[in-house]
Parts: sequence; C-alpha cells; structure tokens
Amino acid sequence: MTAAVATAAPDKPRAVSDIGRAGKFLFWISVVLLCAWVLVPIYLLAVNTLSSPAEVTAFPKTGVPSFDMGSIQFFLSFQGVLKALWNSVLVAVLTMALSIAIGAPAGYALSRFEFPGKATFRLLVLMTRAFPLPLLALPIAVMFIRIGLDDTPVGLALVHTTLAIPFSVLITFSIFSGIPLELEEAAWTLGCNRLQAFQKVVLPLVLPGITASAIFAFTISWNEVFAASVLTVQNRTLTAFLLQSLSVSPLHLRFAGGAALVVPALIFIFAVRKYMFAMWGIANR
Amino acid sequence: MAEIQIKGVAKSFGSFKALHSIDLTIADQEFMVLLGASGCGKTTLLRIVAGLESPTQGEVWIGGRRVDQLPPRERGIAMVFQNYAVFPHLTVYENIAFGLRMKKLPQAEVDKRVKRTAELMHIEQLLKRYSGQLSGGQRQRVAVARALAMEPDVILMDEPLSNLDALLRLEMRAELKGVLANSKTTTIYVTHDQVEAMSLADRISVMNGGRIVQAASPVEVYRNPAARFVGSFIGNPPMNFLPATKNGDGRYHVAGIALDGPSKGGSRLEFAIRPEDLAIAPGGLKATARVIEPLGAHTLVTSEVEGALFRAVLDSDIKVAPGDELSLVPKADRIRWFDPETSQAIN
Repeated sequence: MTAAVATAAPDKPRAVSDIGRAGKFLFWISVVLLCAWVLVPIYLLAVNTLSSPAEVTAFPKTGVPSFDMGSIQFFLSFQGVLKALWNSVLVAVLTMALSIAIGAPAGYALSRFEFPGKATFRLLVLMTRAFPLPLLALPIAVMFIRIGLDDTPVGLALVHTTLAIPFSVLITFSIFSGIPLELEEAAWTLGCNRLQAFQKVVLPLVLPGITASAIFAFTISWNEVFAASVLTVQNRTLTAFLLQSLSVSPLHLRFAGGAALVVPALIFIFAVRKYMFAMWGIANR
Repeated sequence: MAEIQIKGVAKSFGSFKALHSIDLTIADQEFMVLLGASGCGKTTLLRIVAGLESPTQGEVWIGGRRVDQLPPRERGIAMVFQNYAVFPHLTVYENIAFGLRMKKLPQAEVDKRVKRTAELMHIEQLLKRYSGQLSGGQRQRVAVARALAMEPDVILMDEPLSNLDALLRLEMRAELKGVLANSKTTTIYVTHDQVEAMSLADRISVMNGGRIVQAASPVEVYRNPAARFVGSFIGNPPMNFLPATKNGDGRYHVAGIALDGPSKGGSRLEFAIRPEDLAIAPGGLKATARVIEPLGAHTLVTSEVEGALFRAVLDSDIKVAPGDELSLVPKADRIRWFDPETSQAIN
C-alpha cells in the first residue's frame, strides 16, 4: 500500500510556483534574447553615430562611443535635412490624426451596431492592403497633380492614412469589443445620454488602445518610403530624402541618418508610453 | 409611488417572437421576480422596462407616466447587471457617485449618499479601490450600492447573484431582501433560480416561451400551479404527473387506483402530485423503487409507476432498496389536475 503511494507521488503535476531552476533559466534567457533583439541594433546605431568617421570604419571595435559629434553635426547641417525631418513629423502626425478620426468611429460602429454587409466590410478594409503601392503610385500621382495635392504633406498624409486605416479600424474594433456593452448601458441608466456615456465611460477605457493604434499609424507613415519618394519632390520626408541622398554617402553619414530616423520615433513612443498601459488601478506605474 | 404597468408589450427579433403581448401590473414597493428558463424572454422584458430595448408593441407605464418612448435616464430607474458593470476606471466611491454627479447634486449631498449606501452594503472600507482590486461579491455590492444611491423609484435586477458562488449567493440573497425592503422601491428581479425567486419575491411571474404563465405569490405558485409547466418547473424535485381516465362512476382512474377528480373535468386528465405529498401506506399507487438518495432530513426515492418516472420525498426512517415494490398514497387535498390538451389547471 505504502509502496503504491510512494511510486504514485512523483507523477503528481507540480505547481507553477515551484518551477525548477531550468524553468527560471529558460525564462531569463527568453527575457534577455527579446531585449537584445530590440536593443542591440539601436545600440550599434548609437555607437556608430557617436563615433568619428575613422572609428566607424576601423577594426577592432571598442564598443564604446567616443561621443564625437562630427557625423551628426555634418548630417544636420546637410542641405534639406531639417526640412525633411519637419515634413516627416508633419505627415506622420497628420496620418495619425486622420487614421484615428476615420478609423475609430468605424471600429466603434463595427463593434456596437449590426448592419448589412458588416462581415464584407471587415474583409474589404483589409483588402485595401492587397493592392501593391507601386501599382497605385502613378495613378495617384497623376490625380494629385490634377487637383493640386502633389508635393504637399496633406497629400502624402492621405496616402499614408489609407495604408494605416485597415489597422486602425481593426485595432479599435477589437478594443471597443473588449468594453462590455453593459458598462455603457449602466451609464445610460445612471443618467447619461449616448455621447456622455461614451465620453465618461468608453473613452477613458479605450484611450490606451487608441494610443497604441495612433502610434502604429505614426510609425507606418514615418517608415513609409515608396509613396513618399513618388509623391514628393521639394517637400521630401526624411525617409525619401535619405533614400535619395545617403545611398551615395559614406558609412558614418548613413549611421547618422539612421539615428535621425530612429530617435524621433523613440522620443514619440516614450512620450505616449503611459497611455499604452492600463491607466487605472495597479498597472499605472 | 411607482406602480409599473406593462400593457400588451410584445417584442420580435426578426421573425423570432421573444415576447407575446405581456400584461403585468407591479404594485408600488412590490418585489416582483420574473422566473423562467433561459430564453423565455424574462431579461428582454426587464430591458424593455429599463429602456435598453424598445418594445415592438405595447406600452410601459411607471408611476402613472408613459415611459416606453423615453431613454433610460428619464425613467426613474436604476439597474443592477448580471456582470455588475462596475466602471473599471473609477474608484468604488466614484462608481457610486457616478449617477449623483450626472444629476449635478452638490458635493455634500453626493458624499452623504455615497457614505450611507456604502455603509448599507458594508463596503465603506473599499471606497478608494478600483474594480480590478475587488472580488466578485464586492463588485456585486458596489453595483447594488450604485443603484441604491440614485434613490430610484424602481430597481431592476438582471440575475444579480448568478455569478457568485453558492455560499455568497445565500448570504447576498438575505442581505438584498433586507436592504430592498427598507429602500421602499419597486423591484423587478430576473432569475432562473427558483429558490432565489421563492425566497425573495412578493410575487413571482413564471415565464415560458415569451408568455407569463402565472403571476402569484410564491406559495400559490408552488401549491397551485396554473399550468403543467409551472408545476414541472418549480420545485426540486418537480411535480409528478400521471395520466388519468374517467370511470363510469365519475371518479378518475390513476395507475390502478380510483381518485375523486374535479367535477367539470373531461374524460382524460393529468394527475399531479408534489413528491413530498406522498406517504407509504396500503392502497396507494404501485411503484417500483429505482434509486434511493438519502438527503439527511428526507430520503428521495425515484421510482417507476406504470413506466413513468415518479419521485417521492419520504421520511428518512424508511427502509427501501432498489427493486422494492412500494404503495404510495397521495395526500388528497394536495392532488392537482391538468387538462392534457391545454396544460391548464382544472379546479
């Protein structure tokens, strides 16, 4: 009898809390790998940007930046860089605003109302991504020239918005679907009309998600290079500008250009990071 | 004063008729329970009274005012939802104060009412917490406190206890009954739990297939079901039914014994008896015991009478074994009769 118990004991599943050393090791290895995946490229970019041109091409590497500002200074004084940077920010912000202004109401309607063709609409929204941009770029360029939108930030922002909208619609749709309808109904019975219930209950709850979706739209626009190259000539965005100028530049300048692309995006995400987390209770630390 | 009148309310979802012309009057300060299996239309009816759903036909009156065209906020109601619907981005205090702030009450009054209802629901110490830091039972208390703070004419509750565990449900049930009786509001309470319905209600409306089958006091619903459905739905174990045929002498023949039936009954009826209204004595219904379940105070004997399932709740002293032949005598004054065609009770 006792023997049977003894042999049966090791068969018992272990509690999650007493995972062994191997489990802990696996956990930390995963954490380190994931962090490295994101941080190592940024680190290399930073090191090379902050090193003198000679150090960038030299070998072996020290891995420590010498804080030589030469590359950056040269890059920033380069004709048109600051203007391109400003254009990029402008287009990205416009794209972000437009895609949320259009996408969020569509997401709300998809999650809250029943209408004919709802499933088809959801599919069609995604289908807009099925058309390759090179195919559309020329007709769009011609059309923009006709109506005077060519070479303007607004025109480019419109194109970027169409790229970002499928995501903003579907992301906000899932966010709104995650808010139980009962919360809105409770607000209605407690004295709110539809708009007040949205403002006081739904909006605070979806803000983190909306922010995430906005950041996504921002990065789509910020990184987009094809439409930007085709549709702008004088008012180039940073990506289009760098593509044009840096392909023939020395290595250290390319690193400086890369940093110029990454740093504003990092600053932006850092600024809005707290809205990406849950904003109530314990999560907001 | 808030009497609720539901006049000819019907609701269709497409071709599906969820409610067939419901007429129901709920007196001021009455505790009315809508009881039925899921899909019987009880929640739909509650949501129509709340204004969250609009009736396809009919009128809803609250306190002498026709409200079926008004939005929920103008009906003088408060509602407690099945999943509590406590706002996760607000503290418990702000949750309870939510409706009061919408009414633009002065801060002193808001504070007074929040404190009072929180005390009533025993959640004073939770006022600074968020919903994510509360247990299910505590959320439930917040939801009820939020409704009570509005001091509404009518409180509507949609299965408020169904997400709680059994022990907590028992505790909250008793507490709710006390709190709501003191608040002097008219209450409509939706549940599928018959024990909850029996213990809370002044009156129970038993619903089935979008109709109210019977609206009466809990004891009346239990003792004198208006239809076969009520007898089979209420009571655990439910009523026993057996076919009955009229003899030449005007008595009814049920599984081998003759019983006095209703004077105006037809040639075929359905005999019905509650399991606890049976006793072992000679000259009763011939039953073959199948399953014996001792429940402490009583013993539940599931048997077969002429091939039909027949349950009896007997004294726990009896000695029965599966396969035994029993003679079960029904208490004469507790026998009920139903018309097999219409399923309605015949007196």
